[in-house]
Amino acid sequence: MSVISLVNLHYQIDGQVILTDLNLEFKKGETFVIMGPSGCGKSTLLRLIMGLVKPTAGWIEIDGVNTSILSKKDWQVLRRKMGMVFQSAALFDSMTVFDNIAFGLRREKMSEPLIKNRVLEVLSIVGLDHSVADKMPADLSGGMKKRTAIARAIAFEPPILLYDEPTTGLDPIIADTINDLICELQDRLEITSIVVTHDIISALKVADRVGLLYETDLVEVKERADLKQAEHPLMKEFLKNFKSAI
Amino acid sequence: MSLPRKVKFSDPLAYFGRNITTGLFRLGELIQIYLKSFKAIFFKTIFWKNTIIQMEQIGIRSLPIVSIFSLFTGMVFSLQLAKIFSTFGLSSQLGQALTLAFARELSPVLTGVVVAGRVGSSIAAEIGSMKVTEQIEALETMSTDPIDYLVAPRIVAAGFMLPVLVTYANLIGIIGGVVVATIYASIPPTNFADGVLTFVTFWDFIGGLIKALFFGLIIAGVGTYKGLYTENGAVGVGKATTEAVVVATIIIFIINYFLSMMLYNL
Repeated sequence: MSVISLVNLHYQIDGQVILTDLNLEFKKGETFVIMGPSGCGKSTLLRLIMGLVKPTAGWIEIDGVNTSILSKKDWQVLRRKMGMVFQSAALFDSMTVFDNIAFGLRREKMSEPLIKNRVLEVLSIVGLDHSVADKMPADLSGGMKKRTAIARAIAFEPPILLYDEPTTGLDPIIADTINDLICELQDRLEITSIVVTHDIISALKVADRVGLLYETDLVEVKERADLKQAEHPLMKEFLKNFKSAI
Repeated sequence: MSLPRKVKFSDPLAYFGRNITTGLFRLGELIQIYLKSFKAIFFKTIFWKNTIIQMEQIGIRSLPIVSIFSLFTGMVFSLQLAKIFSTFGLSSQLGQALTLAFARELSPVLTGVVVAGRVGSSIAAEIGSMKVTEQIEALETMSTDPIDYLVAPRIVAAGFMLPVLVTYANLIGIIGGVVVATIYASIPPTNFADGVLTFVTFWDFIGGLIKALFFGLIIAGVGTYKGLYTENGAVGVGKATTEAVVVATIIIFIINYFLSMMLYNL
């Protein structure tokens, strides 16, 4: 059963075509990894799904709803079903870790005791000590920032989670713990995850399916188990140093 | 819709046309920000916590600098005019001249320019940094409209606090003027007060406060606009900060002329 469907999706900005005629279905509970070279439109695809930018043509269906006809207000409701982890973590500088995670919950007018419980709970889920709650984002390491960003994204318990380059800028050990966390969240919360990355190790670790975005188009989609049969030269190039891991 | 493509200076007609189009395009974007903000202020829930924080940032934290410029402007005004007025037997007119100048022009314009430099730049830098570090998009993903959360509170705070600051600047400036007039030109404060009470009307002050309201809206609107449209990382933030101050200052001077004409029937 598909949770998100891309239907003839096309996006261009300032005359430059970013994505052309994409058709894809994301299944419920799967982790779909989108790979591709820098600047091929991977992050833009996540922004389109999140409704931060609008498609030039085609549409996206989320839970069977055609998002191209949604009003701003309807989008705000729909976004509660989705969480997004940004490449830069995008934590609010002026707020503590606690307030960052509590932000969305407060917008929902949840009571403060419930918010406190939920914030501490998600901090535990992402493996952060409760003492981190009072720190400012500037006092956190890169890995802690990413974990906080993930905690903020899952605070709402969204059924869909979008990750934009979750391991970029992290050392291999911390990156691996983030990959473990993505897998653990999928097992524990059964969420549908879409991960954009050009980190092959990360992709191989977390993916159920992998799609290759190249020159505005999704040129290959393979189950994780079938990656050895990848046909596209770029996919082969991506995977050539990781044959033992496939 | 996007900006027209860049053209070279060697093609002056296209260059001129492009700049005109770009200017109109930017004006349209700025007007959109105001319209969305007013919609948020009058038809949605205002983020009061943010608004109060901004009132403190814009108003309370500007008090020291407003105190200094208004005090010394009042003092230098008296210094320049007190002796001349005394020589011509017009010492009682000094109070009128100083108060009118402060209430109608000096306080609103100087406060506007100083706050544009202090607050406009900080608004553009803060929101610009949020833009380039994806924090604005993060707000949207959490069902929060950046206009409601970031722009509207700053517009309300600046629109409210500028008139308060101008009232304060009037008071400090006039006190500075009276002190110098008394010490330097031996004009007694009672003479000063006579001039004020005889010639200065309540409307002279109200007009200045109306100007301050407009200047507050300009400073917050331009600052948030420049912040929200920041691009190109740290360089873009620096550019947005500078432009916020320059554009707001220019608009303040231009609008001030027309407001003076309208408010005081000049």
